[in-house]
Amino acid sequence: MRALLRDIYSTSHEFVRTFGAFQLFFLRLLQHSPRMLLRRPGLVVKQIYNAGALSLVIIMVCGFFVGGVLGLQGYANLARFNAEDSVGTVVALALIKELGPVITALLFAGRAGTALSSEIGLMKATDQLSAMEMMAVNPVRRVLVPRFLGGVVAMPLLVAIFTCIGLFGANVVSVNLLSVDVGAFWQQMQLSVAMDDIREGIFKSIVFGVVASVLAVWEGYNAIPTAEGVGRATTRTVVITAISVLILDFMITAVML
Amino acid sequence: MDAGGRGDRALGNNSENLIEIVDLKYSRGSRVIFEGLNLTIKRGEVSAFMGPSGTGKTTLLRLITRQLVPQHGVIYFDGLDIATLNQRQLYEMRQRFGMLFQNGALLTDLSVFENVAFPLREHTKLTNRLIRHIVLTKLHAVGLRGAADMMPAELSGGMARRVALARAMVMDPEVLIYDEPFVGLDPISMGVIVRLVRRMNDVLGITSIVVSHDVAEVSTVADRSYLISDGKVAASGSPDELSAANSELVRQFMHGMADGPVAFHFEAPNYAEQLLGRDSE
Repeated sequence: MRALLRDIYSTSHEFVRTFGAFQLFFLRLLQHSPRMLLRRPGLVVKQIYNAGALSLVIIMVCGFFVGGVLGLQGYANLARFNAEDSVGTVVALALIKELGPVITALLFAGRAGTALSSEIGLMKATDQLSAMEMMAVNPVRRVLVPRFLGGVVAMPLLVAIFTCIGLFGANVVSVNLLSVDVGAFWQQMQLSVAMDDIREGIFKSIVFGVVASVLAVWEGYNAIPTAEGVGRATTRTVVITAISVLILDFMITAVML
Repeated sequence: MDAGGRGDRALGNNSENLIEIVDLKYSRGSRVIFEGLNLTIKRGEVSAFMGPSGTGKTTLLRLITRQLVPQHGVIYFDGLDIATLNQRQLYEMRQRFGMLFQNGALLTDLSVFENVAFPLREHTKLTNRLIRHIVLTKLHAVGLRGAADMMPAELSGGMARRVALARAMVMDPEVLIYDEPFVGLDPISMGVIVRLVRRMNDVLGITSIVVSHDVAEVSTVADRSYLISDGKVAASGSPDELSAANSELVRQFMHGMADGPVAFHFEAPNYAEQLLGRDSE
């Protein structure tokens, strides 16, 4: 019993300590961000390219097929109620409010998040971060902040692209293959999607961008500097980001409903 | 003197001691790396840290540059207790250092040229033209001007180390620290680097600290060697003095003998018993 209590105490203590360190780390990133944006925009643009442009293929392919499957499911289920003309509305609301931000964040964690964690972890393992420290260059400012900002900026753009391609995929499936009226598809969507729905999607994409990026750089920066440690950090990035995004999605949706 | 005390010492810029370590204690977990270590690096000299593997030579370099913080004792750099420096002062101090890491530690996303230019771009507002001149000069000194456009992944281990050396000296530091600079170099590169270490020290009037196992090479460049063992400085002096020392430990290390106070074999059960499988019975 005593051993159990000791285990609970040490686990809780470790959790609180790590959570506190994470918050301080996040504040350090925020503290350096304005200066980095103003003085070294080139570094941030390069990371937007790495996190954003290099994720485009996976985002576009997945967006098309997610939209396509929504079109299929929407058509099949709405046809039971003779409401297949509303498939555009269903697909648009699902993509803009939920699936666009959430799936993009999960794909981002798998593609860009893992790349960030492993890159930073390897920089640590090969003494590159120590070398920067020795050259009187703050690695948090020079390495982590541009990567964090790159992810934060790239995520809403990727969500927008994912959603647009998803709508296109739904249009191809439901209009071109299943003969839903093209006018009804787009007009129903236009009538039922409100600005608030788009704002919710944008808000989620920004929150998920911040969460996925800060977790990726945190895990990389705190990786044990060995091959195994970097591998673990990369895995943790995907797992923790996925859990955090889904929990936050629920909380934001509950608040904004 | 209060060995554990803090505060500046009145060494001043003219003192011949550039770095002074007093009663240093540093442990990693339960393992004590240094206990009561005292050491002085003189201005303008090439000092070498030698010792068996695992004695903490690289750790000592990291303590001197405050990448690590000791549990007890004081490290003075140019009269300043480095533990009392804030972040800005620490970075100012580090700008006076150049460090060559064991594995080079080149930034893998930058070309050789940009790696060497990195400190200049971060700390100066020199024009691209001037940066190009300085970088090419430094790369020429290590024989790799022709590799300026290559990426670190395309370099051999020895070449990477030479690029890292060019980067370490690009800001014309006052102190150059070399962590195992001779490992993995072919004889030609080794000869060039050994001469470069000595010449830079003499011509530029800098102070150099070399960590190396290579007794023969260190003996040709070092003014003073420190043999570190069991968390302390076991012996110090010129390479000739160390070679002539009576201490068993010093003789074993300097002459590479298998038998002596430092065991070659890690602690293990009886060899024959283990081969016969009796150790597990």
